[in-house]
Amino acid sequence: MVHWTDEERDIIKTFWGKIDAEEAGHQALTRVLVVYPWTQRYFSTFGNLSKPSAIAGNPKVRAHGKRVVVALGDAIKNLDNVKATYAKLSELHSEKLHVDPENFRLLGEALIIVLAGQFGAAFTPAVQATWQKLLAVVTAALSSKYH
Amino acid sequence: MVHWTDAEREAINTFWAKIDHEEVGHQALTRVLVVYPWTQRYFSTFGNLSNATAIAGNPKVRAHGKRVLDALGDAITHLDNVNATYAKLSQLHSEKLHVDPENFRLLGETLIIVLAGHFGAAFTPAIQATWQKFLAVVIAALSKQYH
Repeated sequence: MVHWTDEERDIIKTFWGKIDAEEAGHQALTRVLVVYPWTQRYFSTFGNLSKPSAIAGNPKVRAHGKRVVVALGDAIKNLDNVKATYAKLSELHSEKLHVDPENFRLLGEALIIVLAGQFGAAFTPAVQATWQKLLAVVTAALSSKYH
Repeated sequence: MVHWTDAEREAINTFWAKIDHEEVGHQALTRVLVVYPWTQRYFSTFGNLSNATAIAGNPKVRAHGKRVLDALGDAITHLDNVNATYAKLSQLHSEKLHVDPENFRLLGETLIIVLAGHFGAAFTPAIQATWQKFLAVVIAALSKQYH
């Protein structure tokens, strides 16, 4: 089981309270699709992803980004049991969606960049370290049902 | 040889001109030492690195961060020949400093996070993609003389 200090729990909840799931999710997913264009292969039904402005303006990208960050909320509400919370989601990504787990890491990094952009100096090194730990736990849980 | 579009050269040079080497270098190195504490082993002569506050206030960290960013400027003024520009620096990191090249990647990622924090929305997905390409070229050049 992952050990969280009171300070880490506090940091996660405080920042989560200030995050707009749709906006942060949209920006993070947009960045992944622009910066790592091969990830677009997972979204062939999303329509126009031909350039950054198309991706940023694509309503399916926005909706899916929101969905991903809303799901992150489940992990945050269940910090002491993220693996069990994400067991079905892990199976889905492995067996139905066939997503390379490397992409969980890319999206996690993109979310850190979005948070840094949003919060500026308030996203201190200690806050960054806490959120990277959370996203590492999330990535591990999402990868746990892969075989 | 790396191919740079005009838009990429402009994105790199425009943002470079707005960056305070000392401030950005200091913030990036501070974040690496806080978020990836094992990297502190390379800086045993730097004095107090015992917590995030100590690291952020450490003048040797600040000076070294600036030094790294100043060196990044050499790559920017020689975008068409980064490998040759960094040949001696690569040898130094390999043969004298014994730095694991993974750390170049960590520092590069951290620099992206610092730039996002500084520039907010102006650090668009397309700009991020350009700077990640640039830092990938820098990392490849710094790793080149390792054997």
